[in-house]
Amino acid sequence: MPPASQTPPTPRLQMRAVRKRFGATQALSGVTLTVAPGEVMALVGENGAGKSTLMKVLSGAHLADDGEMFLDGQPYRPRHPLDARRAGVAMIYQELSLAPHLSVMENILLGVESTRGGLIDWSAMRRRASAAMREVGLATLDAATPVHRLAIAQQQLVEIARAVALECRVLVLDEPTSSLTRHDIATLFDLIRRLRRQGIAVIYISHFLEEVQQIADRFTVLRDGESVGTGVTAETSSAQIIALMVGRTVNDLYPHTARTPGPLLLDLQDLAGRDKPVQASLQLHRGEVLGVAGLIGAGRTEMLRALFGLDPVRRGTIRVGLVQGVASPAQRWTQRVGMLSEDRKREGLALNLSIADNITLASLSGLGPGRLVRPSRQQRACLPWIEKIPIKCAGPTQRLGDLSGGNQQKVALARLLHADVDLLLLDEPTRGIDVGSKAHIYRLIDELTRQGKAVLIVSSYLPELLGVCDRIAVMCRGRLSTALARQDCTEHRLMELATGQETA
Amino acid sequence: MSTDPHRPGLFTRLARSAWADILARLVALLLVFGFFAAMVDGGKFYTPRNLENLLRQSAVYGTAGLGMTLVIIAAGIDLSVGSMIALSVVAVSWVLNLGVGTGAATIGGDAAAYFVSQHPVLAPLLACLAGVAAATAAGLANGSLIVGLRLAPFIVTLGTMGIVRGLAKGLAHERDIYPPEGTWIGALMDPTLTSKPRSWTLLPTGVWILMAGVILMAFILRYTRFGRHVYAVGSNEETARLCGVPVGRTKLMVYALCGFFCGVAGLMQFSYLGAIGQPVTGAMYELFVIAAVIIGGASFRGGEGSVLGTLIGALIITVLYAGGQQMGWPKWVQEMVIGGIIILAVALDRLRHRRAT
Repeated sequence: MPPASQTPPTPRLQMRAVRKRFGATQALSGVTLTVAPGEVMALVGENGAGKSTLMKVLSGAHLADDGEMFLDGQPYRPRHPLDARRAGVAMIYQELSLAPHLSVMENILLGVESTRGGLIDWSAMRRRASAAMREVGLATLDAATPVHRLAIAQQQLVEIARAVALECRVLVLDEPTSSLTRHDIATLFDLIRRLRRQGIAVIYISHFLEEVQQIADRFTVLRDGESVGTGVTAETSSAQIIALMVGRTVNDLYPHTARTPGPLLLDLQDLAGRDKPVQASLQLHRGEVLGVAGLIGAGRTEMLRALFGLDPVRRGTIRVGLVQGVASPAQRWTQRVGMLSEDRKREGLALNLSIADNITLASLSGLGPGRLVRPSRQQRACLPWIEKIPIKCAGPTQRLGDLSGGNQQKVALARLLHADVDLLLLDEPTRGIDVGSKAHIYRLIDELTRQGKAVLIVSSYLPELLGVCDRIAVMCRGRLSTALARQDCTEHRLMELATGQETA
Repeated sequence: MSTDPHRPGLFTRLARSAWADILARLVALLLVFGFFAAMVDGGKFYTPRNLENLLRQSAVYGTAGLGMTLVIIAAGIDLSVGSMIALSVVAVSWVLNLGVGTGAATIGGDAAAYFVSQHPVLAPLLACLAGVAAATAAGLANGSLIVGLRLAPFIVTLGTMGIVRGLAKGLAHERDIYPPEGTWIGALMDPTLTSKPRSWTLLPTGVWILMAGVILMAFILRYTRFGRHVYAVGSNEETARLCGVPVGRTKLMVYALCGFFCGVAGLMQFSYLGAIGQPVTGAMYELFVIAAVIIGGASFRGGEGSVLGTLIGALIITVLYAGGQQMGWPKWVQEMVIGGIIILAVALDRLRHRRAT
């Protein structure tokens, strides 16, 4: 696929030495990047490497301080997101940009509606929208369906259909697979290949290097606001790409020191929730990390929620230490159980509040005389965690929303540490964060386990579970298998269990 | 992709359609009406005269509600509705009260000195224009502040609620204005119900104006780009902006239209008050108008709502008020009942929506 000829055609998009600084921070310190028509270029880099700033410059949300951009050889300098859209540069963000109350066709043609005599021409709307829907594989969907009725994967396709209807020349996909099932990912990849054949240049941003290998022709690595390397994916291994991303080789991404399990801390017998899980039993000891694998929607999150008192328990028993029975989340915290939500933006963190407020949210006692909370003590209490984990920030009073995703996740984790819990329930603790932050979190989990705490991890990323856990159980359609020792597990075996092809 | 090849069943599709929302509200209206029809002695509640009366009484809320529906669909709010109605009322009577030459004609003065006596056709027309224009200007001011200064609609209209009310009071010198009687504006709502039998119009003119307004706005919302953009802005403003929807202009238009309909509602209120320019009229109306829109199925988070729903919402509130009055309920009971109904309506709606999706 990549052009190998001596005189390459005019690139679709070219960025040359693009720079951008915010106050004292040099967010982009020279990015050079080219994408040819009909090429899929993966953009990889740790969080904070400048990917989102680069995308904002490309989409017109920010104006570059320096450097040049060309679209099909013409100077390209969008002053506004609408400029970029009109020039044919379409962005699909993780947070989809749709009007949920409007129909599929209205979302596709928003701002460019068909009119006749000043009135909306609904039949022309349907015709134009259907053409775009056919191209993205939504032909069977009724164009009048309100978008909020669709599954996430379909909503994403509606957004791509919008780009197609506008005849975009460059399509930028930012972590498009983070909330998709395996099946939906395959569909999306088919679509990307189809768009590529039509000559659209695709920029694919992802943390999943397996995906990059699968879908991209070439890759560009961003580190500290600079493009540090580019290459052909077929000729480069994931390890080489990671080395470029972190600027060092990650030999021990998953530290796993020798552990000796202590006394039983969590005992779950035949737990059943409102809908899921159907049946879940497990035992977790102090000084042990237990992983839960499974497909999205298998009931893993629901199990954690029922366990933590967020969802009702229909059947079964829960014993934490010496305490038996269901409990509210507040009671669980006093039983020294803490939970990290899979959705840090909506459930896990208060992005408008400071780092200190977020870390101390679950445990405000002891921060002032009596029941009072002294801000200075609150802030001081956070300093050790900021240093130890470490959290990259300006200080405990900084607004959490200003941090990168990885650092936000570390703050969420610091909350459990500050509350000094014995049992950590972690739901997708490394979703959507950079490799460096991941390494910090893995190291922390290992350290906590050595201190005699117990960790229950739900993750969809199998290499992570295999690297971090002592035992792994698999959830399939609401039923939890018995846990396997990690040396008995392979990705292949876990996937078979998750898809219900084998019973453990 | 897991596109669903099976269309949902007929019942599900009906339950999900917009008509189901309207139908549910009609049923609620009939229930409330039926309750009072059964409870009020001697079938007095469903005489043609009382039915007409209900329509008349709902006209002010309903008309102001047309503009508020747009505002709430666009995820905004307008608290200055009552004040804009009052401004329109005062502006109308101020023009009608103009004296020739020197300006202020005194009450009971020489009737011939009034501008309106000399121009019996032109003056009321000018008065109407003045009322509607004043309220529309207030609405435009709301919109400009919200769009231009990027302030929250709640804050801006909380402020203009006071400013516009003050303007109305200032224009009237804090007194009621008694313009000369007998203009057709005063007969808009046929407030005394004693005027000549209406031959072909059947209902007071004001009710017809409301009906026309409902049809016009329903059409605009469904069949114009502006109408669809109102929904888009309310559903997801950022997306609308990204897709080239003129977000600022749409919002400006929405608040201006809200002012416009408040101006029209002011004409009706003027007539309703017996052709008196009361600067303190319409206090708290914003709350009833908002209630009508919400009972009518709009969502405070934007993107949802319909003018037909708002009309039914206004009727429900009117029936509750009139019914309570005719049952002899004390005012405090009426207020509590209406408050309860608002909460109940929204709670039921949520329940129904959760089931349908």
